Amino acid sequence: MSDLDQFRSETRAWLEANCPPEMRKPVATDDDVFWGGRNTKFSSEAQKVWFERMRDKGWTVPDWPTQYGGGGLDPAEAKVLREEMAAINARPPLSSFGIWMLGPALLKYGTDAQKAEHLPKITAGLIRWCQGYSEPNAGSDLASLQTRAESDGDDFVITGQKIWTSYANYADWIFCLVRTDPTAKKHDGISFILFDMASKGVSTKPILLISGKSPFCETFFDGVRVPKSHVVGTVNRGWDVAKYLLQHERAMISGMGGRSAGRPLGQVAATTVGSDAQGKLDDPILRGEIARFEVDEAALACAAERAIDLAKAGQGHPAFSSAMKYYGTELNKRRYEILMSAGGIDALEWESPRSKEGARARDWLRTKANSIEGGTSEVMLGIVAKRILDLPGA
Amino acid sequence: MPLVLTEEQSLLRDSARGFINEKAPIAHLRKMRDERDATGFSRDLWKGFAEMGFAGLLVPESFGGSGLGAVEAGIVLEEIGRNLMPSPFLSTAVLAASALVRGGNAEQQAAYLPKIADGSLIATFAVDEGAKHKPLSIAMQAVRAGNGFKLNGAKALVVDGHVADLLIVAARTSGNAGERGGLTLFLVDPKAKGVSVERTVMVDAHNAARITFDNVEVSADAVLGEVDQGGELLDAVLNIGRGAVASEMVGLSEEVFNRTVTYLKERKQFGKLIGEFQALQHRAATLYIDIEISRAATLKALQTLDQDAAKADHAVSVAKAHAGTTATRAVQEGVQMHGGMGMTDQFDIGLFMKRARVCQELFGDDNFHAERLAEARQY
Repeated sequence: MSDLDQFRSETRAWLEANCPPEMRKPVATDDDVFWGGRNTKFSSEAQKVWFERMRDKGWTVPDWPTQYGGGGLDPAEAKVLREEMAAINARPPLSSFGIWMLGPALLKYGTDAQKAEHLPKITAGLIRWCQGYSEPNAGSDLASLQTRAESDGDDFVITGQKIWTSYANYADWIFCLVRTDPTAKKHDGISFILFDMASKGVSTKPILLISGKSPFCETFFDGVRVPKSHVVGTVNRGWDVAKYLLQHERAMISGMGGRSAGRPLGQVAATTVGSDAQGKLDDPILRGEIARFEVDEAALACAAERAIDLAKAGQGHPAFSSAMKYYGTELNKRRYEILMSAGGIDALEWESPRSKEGARARDWLRTKANSIEGGTSEVMLGIVAKRILDLPGA
Repeated sequence: MPLVLTEEQSLLRDSARGFINEKAPIAHLRKMRDERDATGFSRDLWKGFAEMGFAGLLVPESFGGSGLGAVEAGIVLEEIGRNLMPSPFLSTAVLAASALVRGGNAEQQAAYLPKIADGSLIATFAVDEGAKHKPLSIAMQAVRAGNGFKLNGAKALVVDGHVADLLIVAARTSGNAGERGGLTLFLVDPKAKGVSVERTVMVDAHNAARITFDNVEVSADAVLGEVDQGGELLDAVLNIGRGAVASEMVGLSEEVFNRTVTYLKERKQFGKLIGEFQALQHRAATLYIDIEISRAATLKALQTLDQDAAKADHAVSVAKAHAGTTATRAVQEGVQMHGGMGMTDQFDIGLFMKRARVCQELFGDDNFHAERLAEARQY
């Protein structure tokens, strides 16, 4: 038995013994996701147990170094763990922008002190992070951001406004893009800085969305004082860090809604649409749409797997996450159009126990942001055209 | 297993690419077509293919082949797809060789596999009968007669059928159209009494034939695998063919795409390179993404065929459907973005469009495979 086979059988046994049955069901509501942080609460004992066991194993972030509370797994082992977790539909023990976005950037650009300070608190779920990127006048054209950080001794003093800050009202710390040199060209005067959301001068205001929920906030900085040592990478070179982080963010968003654990979409649809005498969905055109969707979804999963393998082999293209982000988000929107069509009248009830307070409709509306957040589909295609295809003037 | 080629596989790709680029660029296909070549492929090149080890890629080493798998077959097909090379590789080295390796007894294997590997035997697989690929609807009859069987029926789109030395024919020994049970595969000599072969000149200028069987007598030794139990073998061989054709489509899609992107960087209108127009940039970008996804799905299917062929249906259908949809789009965008030039016979783009259409139909188009996926998932 190879080392990897050995690792697989041990992992399978460990998961079997340690993953509570409740944690092997598809995520159904917001409460099913554990985000960590100072003010966090577990929604169930099983969620707590699962998180703690995985944390102690280093498997909240399996491929980070053990010195920061990660699992120290190599890429092949990490893949085995993902596969074994998927095989039993195990939920992620911890969801976190620290894991998906900030961590990779800190590992590449952070100082030893910054890594030692922040990474262990991410893996242990102690600090919840949010992302201060977009501004009211800097959306797709992110590099035109205006939040300014003025030098004052050992500190920067930060003033300005961010928008679309996911869960800023729950976050403990923020990683934030600020303008440190207003005279430089727009990409050259930006710095990437970390600070505590409890700092004086920070305030947040949730934005009510079409889904009736408020996953995003407006975030205001009024003379927030932040030590200069909190800049990640070089002052005025924050755009490099920002872009690197965006690659990870786009890979994350691409996978949103995917990995369809649980029943095939066609069977979900059959519960409302009904089936004919042969057991086929009683709407042949919808059935065809679902089959086409599942082809594309399965093919995308192969591409996501290959993207990781290519990166490992040193053959990946840094802009490929934009390609995946485009396809994954358009696909997720398609999934929810299908679900709404399948749900018919039942899916339209906004407030009723029958509809779980309009759960499907709210999720459907939420997916419309997928192709906007983290870079719009149009921006993604522009990046592919320019950086991969090398088309002129793109 | 990582979804990337190993070093050996990359070397195989390089050698196939080098050989085909040099010996069989698209001009080779044009020559065959324009001269109405009776064979439809070059026997010299096929000998060269055999010397390179490609003809015997799937033949075990004990029979003079290299004993490699579906991934390697796909690698060669991808390069064939890039150059639209007319070659018996699919019919002989992939389909017939797989059928014999999986279903043949020792004598059958010894009789044919070494000749496939050394390039001296052209063999093919005859399945389809109607306009669409419906393997379970096979109606061709094989009735017991004396020690053997008597075959009656007709096959269509038999790849390389008019030049084959050996036909592997799927027929019904019992049961009714639509049933999996009752199918049997037979090895048939195309020169046998009652076999008539009509070469069908196809849209893509690749080889195909219609073959009719009129009271063709074969001995019991001609049965490949078990009588009435051929459904499984048929599926297994078809799946390899589907994975291989998906690869060919990935190759041709990528080639069309590369040529189209090059054109976008050269052609000027309104005083600009047309590649500067965002309307074209975004379509090119989505096509690139589709091709990359088809490539990943196809490699997954081929790896699954090599590792766990019995569980490959899903991965194979995903790959064939996705690569089929992608190829259809790639060739249409290729013609559209080349404008009027794309409509001319002189430009190669149209040849890719024609081949893509045939590849779609081979062993089930994207609709067939989406349907198969829905069936398997019981909705």
